[in-house]
Amino acid sequence: MAEDLVKAIADLHEEEALRIVEERLSAGEDAFKILADSRNAMEIVGKRFENREYFVPDLVYSGEILQEITAIVKPKLTRATEFERLGKVVIGTVAGDIHDIGKNIVTFMLDINGFEVYDLGIDVPAQKFVEKTEETQAKIIGLSGLLTLAFESMKETIEVIKDSGLRDKVKIMIGGGQINDEVRKYTGADAYGTDAMRAVSLAKEWMGNK
Amino acid sequence: MIAGKTPEELFQERSKRVEDAVQLKVPDRVPVAPNFGFFYAKYTGITPEEAHYDYDKWAMAVKKTVIDFQPDMYTSPRMILLAPGPVLDMVDFKQIKWPGHGVSPNHSFQFVEGEYMKAEEYDAFIEDPSDYIIRTYLPRIYGALEPLKMLPPLRSMMVGYAAVHLTAALARPEVANALETLSKAGAESLRWRSIMDSLQEELTGMGFPSCAQSIAVAPYDVIGDFLRGTRGVMLDMYRRPDKLIEASEKVLPMQLQAGVFIAKRSGNPRVYIPLHKGADGFMSLEQFKTFYWPTLKKLITGLIDEGLTPWLFIEGDYTSRLETIRDIPKGKAIYHFELTDLFKAKEILGDVVCIRGGVPNSLLCTGTPQEVKDCCKKLIDVVGRGGGFIMDSGAVIDEAKPENIKAMVDFTKEYGVYG
Repeated sequence: MAEDLVKAIADLHEEEALRIVEERLSAGEDAFKILADSRNAMEIVGKRFENREYFVPDLVYSGEILQEITAIVKPKLTRATEFERLGKVVIGTVAGDIHDIGKNIVTFMLDINGFEVYDLGIDVPAQKFVEKTEETQAKIIGLSGLLTLAFESMKETIEVIKDSGLRDKVKIMIGGGQINDEVRKYTGADAYGTDAMRAVSLAKEWMGNK
Repeated sequence: MIAGKTPEELFQERSKRVEDAVQLKVPDRVPVAPNFGFFYAKYTGITPEEAHYDYDKWAMAVKKTVIDFQPDMYTSPRMILLAPGPVLDMVDFKQIKWPGHGVSPNHSFQFVEGEYMKAEEYDAFIEDPSDYIIRTYLPRIYGALEPLKMLPPLRSMMVGYAAVHLTAALARPEVANALETLSKAGAESLRWRSIMDSLQEELTGMGFPSCAQSIAVAPYDVIGDFLRGTRGVMLDMYRRPDKLIEASEKVLPMQLQAGVFIAKRSGNPRVYIPLHKGADGFMSLEQFKTFYWPTLKKLITGLIDEGLTPWLFIEGDYTSRLETIRDIPKGKAIYHFELTDLFKAKEILGDVVCIRGGVPNSLLCTGTPQEVKDCCKKLIDVVGRGGGFIMDSGAVIDEAKPENIKAMVDFTKEYGVYG
């Protein structure tokens, strides 16, 4: 049964996946196991995305299926659902930029790779990154932006982080379609990436988990 | 100006140069047309906010830039700002944020993603698009037109004798107010349009053709950009594929009609088709062939059948789709690539379609004139071989060093001569 569910989610068979979830629940199975299987399936989705077998719509759809399963399963949970996490990441699209597709993919990939991700959304003022980082004690900050105007905003955000005294306590990555090493230097970030897999490998590297 | 040639002759010469490239003949030289966006504003020292609000300043900015760089075609400002700031203000437009309204006065506008049409509304849209647009869609995207949702179904006017009573709905204070706003916005649009028309006439009189005056959107993008949003349309490919295809087919003749109408009125045969959501990564090749390409291909061939020249701006990377998009009539269209490998594009598409683009925007922003020339030289040598190539930047130029644009234009004019 576990394999069926993993396969149904990984192959994006929404109705079948939901049917198996309902069946397993009515058979009295532990909700936690269903969630664990779902996470395994999402890892397969992530791998397929990395291998270019899956594309953005597949990620969006699998996220949607996971959300539905979680909604069904959550009320039935009898124990805490905390999965072991590799670390915390605060992420957001910088002030002035309202694009979120790239950021959402990075959030998704970090999440299924074991990170606790705090997604602040789009057009995020610098101070919000500081507040969330202080609150969560996250060690990694991810700044996203699609437009060239985001370069300036990333630089300003990193300066505010500096002024708050957090700069030495965090690693900062920037990402977006137009980002390159010139931009990284300009903004003062530690590293950059143009795809979600790079964000995952950086985060793992920074948490000492390669 | 150029010695010995009248502006009319220059206009004809430039138009023919482009036309030859489109028809895959060898022109006198490689045409060069930097696809200006807010560069017009940056270069002349006005802000994007002024470009939205001060029509004369915006027109002057375009004119000065075109005169200074002397391109074979210029980007019509109508392809950059589809509507001016005051009109957007009046109707309280929700789908973009523009300078001073959600983005800084120094930034260009940005699109606001949203599910403006809900998943369960496909049937209503497919059954009667005009009714859906007027009574459901416009009230959502224009704050000032919200009261239009109070109108009775438009088709109820079929019974002509009784239909006149339906005008009572127009007398409701909210509706009357919305119509008054619409009328004021219309007057303002007309004022903007007349200034844009005079600019076009003036530049024509000086010998400069524009890239295009008309725009059409790929049906999948119409649904993805304006109706369902990126997330919505992606989910629709799995959950309601038939509806998505049916709605795309419904959109197709409307886009075709709009593109043809404006192109014919303007006298410029080219129709700009900016592609957004079909690029590599945004869907699989199979999804591209199922959901994106069929209606786009019909849009392209429909425009060609009307004697027009589709100019597709192919955003993102299309390397995996080159074989698929080969399937159009020869020598009738322009494929303008952003991140696709142009050399590979030339190999696969060179005998079918005119290729445009090649100079990376990052190079125009950060490179030196020499680096720009080196890049152009390679493009002319390889992609320009045998004609069928228009030198341009990869994407719309908002920022660039002016000396790099100059290097691109001047070098192409000098080195790009055939013969």
